[in-house]
This record gives sequence, structure tokens and C-alpha cells, in this order.
Amino acid sequence: MSLRKLSVEQLLERASTGHRGALGRLLTLAENSATSEAVTEATFGLSKAAHIVGITGSPGAGKSTMVGQLVAHLTKDSQTPPAVLAIDPSSPLSGGAILGDRVRMMDVDDVAFIRSVATRGHAGGLAMSVPGCVRVFDAMAYDPVIIETVGVGQVEVDITAAADTTVVVVSPGMGDAVQANKAGLLEVADIFVVNKADRPGASDTRRDLDLMLDLSHMTGQEDTEYRPPIIMCNSLVGDTVGEIADAIDTHKQYLQSSGKGVERRAGRARFEVANRLRQQFEANLEGVLDSDTRVLTQAAAGQISPLAAANALAEQVLRF
Amino acid sequence: MSESRIRVVLAKLGLDGHDRGIKVVARILRDAGMEVIYLGLRQTTDSIIAAAEQEDADAIGLSMHNAGHLTLAPSMLHALKDAEMDVPLVIGGIIPTQDVDELLSAGVSGVIGPGASAEEVVDIVRTAVAAVARSSESGPEAG
Amino acid sequence: MSTSPSGPEYDAWKEAYDATKKRDVPFETMSGVPVDAVYGDAPYPGQYPFTRGVHASMYRSRLWTMRMFAGFGTAEDTNARFKELLRSGSTGLSTAFDMPTLMGRDSSSPWALGEVGRAGVAVDTLADMEDLFADINLGDVSTSMTINGPAATVLAMYVAVAEKTGVEVNQLRGTIQNDILKEYQAQKEYIYPPRPSMRIVTDMVKYTTAKMPMFNPVSISGYHIREAGSTAAQELAFTLANGFAYVEAALAEGQDVNEFGKRLSFFFNSHSDFFEEIGKFRAARRIWARWMKERYGATDERAMLCRFHTQTAGVSLTAQQPEINIARVAIQALAGALGGTQSLHTDSYDEALALPTEKAARIALRTQQIVAHETGVTHVADPLGGSPYVEWMTDEMERQAEEIFAHLDDLGNGSILEGCYVGIENGYFVGEIADSAYRFEREVNAGRRIVVGVNDFTEGDEGEGELLRIDAAVEDYQLKRLESIKQERDSDAVAASLTQLTADAADPTINLMPAILEATKAYATLEEIAAAMEKEFGTYVEKAIV
Repeated sequence: MSLRKLSVEQLLERASTGHRGALGRLLTLAENSATSEAVTEATFGLSKAAHIVGITGSPGAGKSTMVGQLVAHLTKDSQTPPAVLAIDPSSPLSGGAILGDRVRMMDVDDVAFIRSVATRGHAGGLAMSVPGCVRVFDAMAYDPVIIETVGVGQVEVDITAAADTTVVVVSPGMGDAVQANKAGLLEVADIFVVNKADRPGASDTRRDLDLMLDLSHMTGQEDTEYRPPIIMCNSLVGDTVGEIADAIDTHKQYLQSSGKGVERRAGRARFEVANRLRQQFEANLEGVLDSDTRVLTQAAAGQISPLAAANALAEQVLRF
Repeated sequence: MSESRIRVVLAKLGLDGHDRGIKVVARILRDAGMEVIYLGLRQTTDSIIAAAEQEDADAIGLSMHNAGHLTLAPSMLHALKDAEMDVPLVIGGIIPTQDVDELLSAGVSGVIGPGASAEEVVDIVRTAVAAVARSSESGPEAG
Repeated sequence: MSTSPSGPEYDAWKEAYDATKKRDVPFETMSGVPVDAVYGDAPYPGQYPFTRGVHASMYRSRLWTMRMFAGFGTAEDTNARFKELLRSGSTGLSTAFDMPTLMGRDSSSPWALGEVGRAGVAVDTLADMEDLFADINLGDVSTSMTINGPAATVLAMYVAVAEKTGVEVNQLRGTIQNDILKEYQAQKEYIYPPRPSMRIVTDMVKYTTAKMPMFNPVSISGYHIREAGSTAAQELAFTLANGFAYVEAALAEGQDVNEFGKRLSFFFNSHSDFFEEIGKFRAARRIWARWMKERYGATDERAMLCRFHTQTAGVSLTAQQPEINIARVAIQALAGALGGTQSLHTDSYDEALALPTEKAARIALRTQQIVAHETGVTHVADPLGGSPYVEWMTDEMERQAEEIFAHLDDLGNGSILEGCYVGIENGYFVGEIADSAYRFEREVNAGRRIVVGVNDFTEGDEGEGELLRIDAAVEDYQLKRLESIKQERDSDAVAASLTQLTADAADPTINLMPAILEATKAYATLEEIAAAMEKEFGTYVEKAIV
């Protein structure tokens, strides 16, 4: 029986009995705009409050290796199976993508659920479909849900809006700590991991991070009750990922005890609602501009100012 | 949320390490707008099945250069059947034309032989995906 | 009329030339015009930096070794092919192993299904190696073994066969590929992570330096890098950089560069762009000599020589109109000869589709015999030297390679060895190779580059004709053979030897070769031996770089 014939509800039913193909299909439906709303509507009430962990860092920091080891650790240690959304960029030219992160996790994908996601044109290191996919995993009792972002080395603050705990991975040398700071990753990090800690320069990187945390502490940017730990991780030795898992757990406790978790979830809801509104506005806007050319013609002829033209159309955009 | 795209799992089944062809095919499919989940070397039928399920693959592409295609392709088809999956299987690599019919009649959906052009590669994959999609209904509508 | 060469360099060359024995053939054109042994300017062949060749007399003294790669089915099948090749004038043996063997797996491994004996010969235990070389005196032949991941075990088996048949180990001649770095870069037949793998290579270098002075412990191979899709310059640069890495590793172990340097050899691809290939070969000799002398302090000129084997480009063979591959192979073989190769394998025209049939393999051998005996190109060393185009191409290849060395040196903070490790870990090599491969495919696809029979001149394809099929019975035979060896052997001795090997692996100061040799003599299998080291070293999974 082809999974393609099944409705969202039927797929959810199958997925909840452990049918992985059905869950895979649901994620596809959550990704595609024609069906994503239906998946959201069917899953938003089913949350088991999974802990959502974002992992980001500059390219070549060894993120995917580290995530692979972390997932392997979690499959042994966690009560519930972990899920991973591994995000890679889509080609801006063709819209296609090559998604290669799975390779690092294939020895544990009998327990963990790994899904590769292309950004499909969305900037900021995440794909638009991430919240919808996370919700599907959460509904199916996967916990934690790990989001591995695109390592583009640019601002990836999207991740904070999607995750409860954000892990920033840097590698020693080449001023990676400074780069991370410039890219705005310092503010979003709940945990730092210095990967390849066996390499020369690792302790310098640690010191740089410490210093920058001190500075942001003094300028009041930093939460006074929580200071992000810096974990030295040697990917050649498997057991340091245990420390990362522990740090994630500690941060999770902190979010609960401090009430920050509620704040983050509120922020996430706001982000998602705002995004949906923005999309809706965009669509309306294009629709109005296409259908009502009269005002545009006047603006082009210099008969009315751009501001006046926008004001004249604003109402229609809201009602469109 | 965005337009749906053809998702293809590409892998080397078995020990053979020749990956020039499969990497070129990965880029050709990407440049044709598909999403390629690249598993790389030394995969088993089990690991490919797991990936195809979780990634909801529209097609699986396997590359073979060691004359093992008449053994390995049927074993992959068998594994797909056991898993009750209707995902089309495309085989690429050094496949003599005299073996193509045998592979197709065994249930392989397409064969990418040596010297296939980019257009042929894309066409073989699209045709394989479309054939399976036709045999089942299209995806459920919202609501 | 040009003036006759003179000067101290010419005199030195003349002295070296006169001191070597020549083949007993007339060195004259087909029309009877005598020709000189060298033309053009100094430095002459056999003189630093050896751009023009590694010997003063080149092919006048000795033709290149006509080494044809063979191996399929069982060891007995390949043994028969070896004897046939020796009878038909081949002067060295070259062994292809099947994929499970190359990966250190036994024929009984679930991974081996469908691969046993398909792309080469299956070797599980010493018994297979004994069959492979049955009735061939190892003291009389030069044997090349193309294997990398489990190279130490296969070398140990070869040594064990020699010992058992009464051949002195120090009489063994040949080459084991054992170039593990290019496995991570191109061929992908690795077992352990790069660093422990390098230890094994270094142990083999030390072992052969001490006990097998005529055996080359590493054949630094660009062939596979090129087949994987690199450009000529990348092939040149990555290969020589790997060579530098082995030199640095051996130096770090206190080995004498003048000793091990003499026994490093190379293996290049000969592709279809005639002058680019010749420039590449000439540049390889010059770069290697300069680096060995200037950077690594070699003082013995023999340790500065880039001696290399060449194989025509398998990747250039087309499945369409396969017979025309004979012409491609001839041109590529000619480039190898004009580039001064020390040995040559010519591909069979049917290899785009399957292993060669006997007839196709014979035609391939005949092709290089024509180049050697009919064309006259062997009369003169470096006959193209001094051509402005060839000299420019040589310089250009060197320039591109030096750029890549500078990048690797940078990656490794002044160490090419570290640079190679970093380049492997961060995907530099595989990424560069994949980019070049894709660029080439796109050019062919767009019709900017013509491949005869594929995207132009396509009429007249009559299909593939007869192909060699490996009988599936090989697998059954091999499994039974392995089973019976396991029954007959002393299992306590096997277990003890493997325990010792794991223990030795844990101590980086111990050379692994003696323990591996003991294990092979106890008839431990290839996979058992690999597993014993894997316990200590772990395995390698590559990052997906497309």
C-alpha cells in the first residue's frame, strides 16, 4: 500500500505505531507548501514538549562529526529516541541540493530518526519548514530534537528562535572564536564546544571565548545566572560528547527553573506567527500590486508620491 | 514550506569505492533541481532502506563498478519488497548493455550506463519517479 | 646543421652513457640513418634535476618493464594468466586483488557478496598466495602488488611464500602500492584512520629497508587521483605531496633519506592530452629531485630520482565503439614512453565494461611492444626535450604543482605531512577532484569537448562484443577453500599471533611487520589480521563531500 495514498491523519496514526516511512512522508508534507498547513493543524496539539537543541558553527568546525557522536550517545542514554534535522543549503541557481550530513549518523539511524532538509531558498541557516518538521517529531515523541544548521559562517540567529538550547561549535585556530563573535553567535550560544581540542591553538580559542564572555558579561548582554560552559571536544575520542549531553541537560534544567524556557517558547511562537504573517503579507502585497495597477501608474507618472501610493494600497493589502 | 522537489537517495552498495560517477550524477541531479541525499560509500541494503524511509525518497540510485550489479541490484529490490516500499530503483555505473534487460525485467526502473549525458541521467530518474507516482494517487490535499 | 654538444656536462653524460650496457639493436632510423643517444642542451638525461630522464642511456640500455595488471577469479586462475603473460614476453607480474581483499575482508564476509574474484584475485590466507605464485620462482620475477589498506598483510604473505619456497627474502624484487594517503583522497580503499595507517606504512618502509633492499615499499600513485577526475596538474601535485608526506613520516622516525629515498617509486596516469602528459612526467622528475635535495637533504642522487610506472587512462576508455580504445591506448602509451616511464601497463580496449578478455589483454601488450620496437622512439633519450612547447608545458605543470604545495604547506603549518592530514580531514582533496571531474563532464555534455564515439562520430557502434564473465562458482570455490584452511590450521597459534598483533598495535614503538608475518604463517585470514589491528586503530568513515 503506497504511503502516498494516505491522508495526514492516516499517516500520523501509522507513524505513531513506529512506521518510519509514514513519519518520513509526514515530514515531506510538512516541507511542501501545498500540504504544510494540514500537517501543522493536525500536529500542533500533540506536543510532548520535546527539548529542541540547535547546533551551529562555522564551516569546517567539525559539526557533523560531533553531531553524529552526540546522537550516538543520546541513542544509548536518552529515554526517548532523538531526532535530527540536518540542514544543508539549496543551490540558488537550480533549487536542488546535495544533502550529505546523514553519512555521519548512519550507524544509529535504527534508533534515531535522521532527516536531511534543504533550505529551499531561505536565508539564515534554517529552512522555513523547520518548525513544522520539529512539531511532527515532537508529536511522535522524539526527544530531543536536534537541528543542525547550515555552516555558512554568517549570522544564524534564526536558530535561537527555533531552539531551546543553542550549541555553537568552533574549531581552534584561524580566529574562529573571533569570527563566531563577529557573526553574532556569541550572543546566541548557550553552550560552546571547541572541537578538535587536540589541535594546536585549542587552549587559545578557549581563552578567547572566555574573554569575550567576560566582556559581554560586563556590558550586561549576558544573563547573570547562566554562563555558557565551554567544552573542549576531541572528536577522535568519543567520550567528550557525554559532557556536551550533560551540558545540554544542565541548560534544560536551568530553562525550567528560571522560567527562561517559557520565555523562549513564547519567543518561538512569536517568531513563527510573525513569519506566517510576513509570508501572508508578502503574498497579499504581490497580489494587490498585480491587480491594482492604477495607483502604481500614478506613482510612476509622478502624480502621487510613493508614500501616498503605499497608503492608498495598505488597506487593500490587509483585506486581500 | 516550499514547492515540492524530487528527493533521491544516492549510495554505493557494497565495497566498491569508485565514486567519481556517483558524485557527478549527484551534481547533475542537483542542477536539475532535485534534492540528493548522498550516502556515499559502503552502504548495505539495510542502511539504504532506513535512509529512504526517513528521507521519504522518491527514488534510490545505486552506483556499481565492480560487475556486481546482477547480484546487488536484485538484493536491493528484494529488500525494498520486504520493507513494502514502492520506491523506484535506478542503477548506474559500468553496466554492459547486454545486462540492461535483465536488470529491467528484475524490477529496476532505470539504468544509467557509461557515457550517459546529463539530460539522459535526469530523464531516467524523472521517468522512474513518474512511473511510480502514476501507479499511486497523488499526495493528499490540505484538510 | 647543429653543432655537436660539448662542455663538462656533456662529458659527464657521455661518461655515464658509455659506462652502461646497451641493447643489441641498431640505433638508427628505419631508413638506416644512425641517430645520437641524446640531442639538445644540458642538463642531460641522468643529470640533476633529471627532467630529461633518470638514466643517461634511457631505453637504449633497457626498455621499460611491460607490466600487465592481471588478476581475477581464484588464485589458480590468476596463476595461469601469470604464466601465460610470462610466456608471451611480459617481464614483470602485476597483481590485481578483488574488492574484499583490497578492503581487508575475507571472501566469507557479508560485505563480499557478489564481489569475490570479480575485479581481481581473492586472497584470504597464505594458502591463496601460495597458489597465486605456484611454479613461479619469486627470485626471478619482479612482482607488483596493487593493494593498500591491508598491504602489510599481503607483503607478509609474499615474504612467507618466498621463505617456504627457499627464496632468500633479500632477493625479492617488486613493488607494493601501499600508498594509503591517496586512498583517502581518491580510491577510498582504506581501513583505519589516516594516522595509524601512516604508522603501518612507515613500519613497512623500515622493514623493507632492513630486509628487502630490492623491494619498493610504496608506490606513490597519482593514477587513481586522475581516474577519480583530477586534472593533470592536480594528479602531479597531490601525488608528489603524498610522496613528501611519506618522506617526512620516515624522517620523523629517524630513517635515512638516502636509503629509503632510493626505494620510493611512483605511478602515474597517461591520459589523452599528449603534450600535457609528457610535460607532467618531466615536471614530476624535476620537482621530486629538487624537493628531495633542497628540502629533505638527500645527497645521494639515486634518492632524488622519480622513477615511475605508468598506466594508460582507464577512465578514457569508452563503452561505445570499444575497438577505438586501442588507438587511445597507443597514443597514451607513446606519451608514457616519451615521458620516460620505467614501466608501463596498457589498458585493454574492452575495460570500460568489464575485466579484459585474454585477447584484449594481448592486444594491449602488443600495442606497447609496437611503441617499443617499431616506432624508434626508444633510440633517443627525452627526444622532445628542448621543444619550446614541451619545455613550457613542463614549466607550467611545475608552476601549478608548486601552488598546491604552498597551500598544503600552509594547511600543515610548514609540514606537508600535516597538510595532507588536514586536507584529507577537511575534504580539500576530494572536493578539488570532484570539482574537476564535474567540470570535465559538463564540457563533454555541452559538446565543448569531443569524446569520439560518445558525443560525436557516434555512428558505427556495434555494441560490446564478448565480455569476460567471472563464473559465480569462484565464490563457492573460495568459500570452501577458506573453510578447509580454517579447519586445518592450528587455531591456538592463530589466536596467539592475533593477540600479539593487537598488543603490538597498542605500542607505537614496535614495528608491526614481525607480528603480521607470524599471523600470516599461522594462516590467520586477512580479515582476522585487519580486525586485530582495528581493535586498536578503529576505522575510518569519510565525510560526504560531493
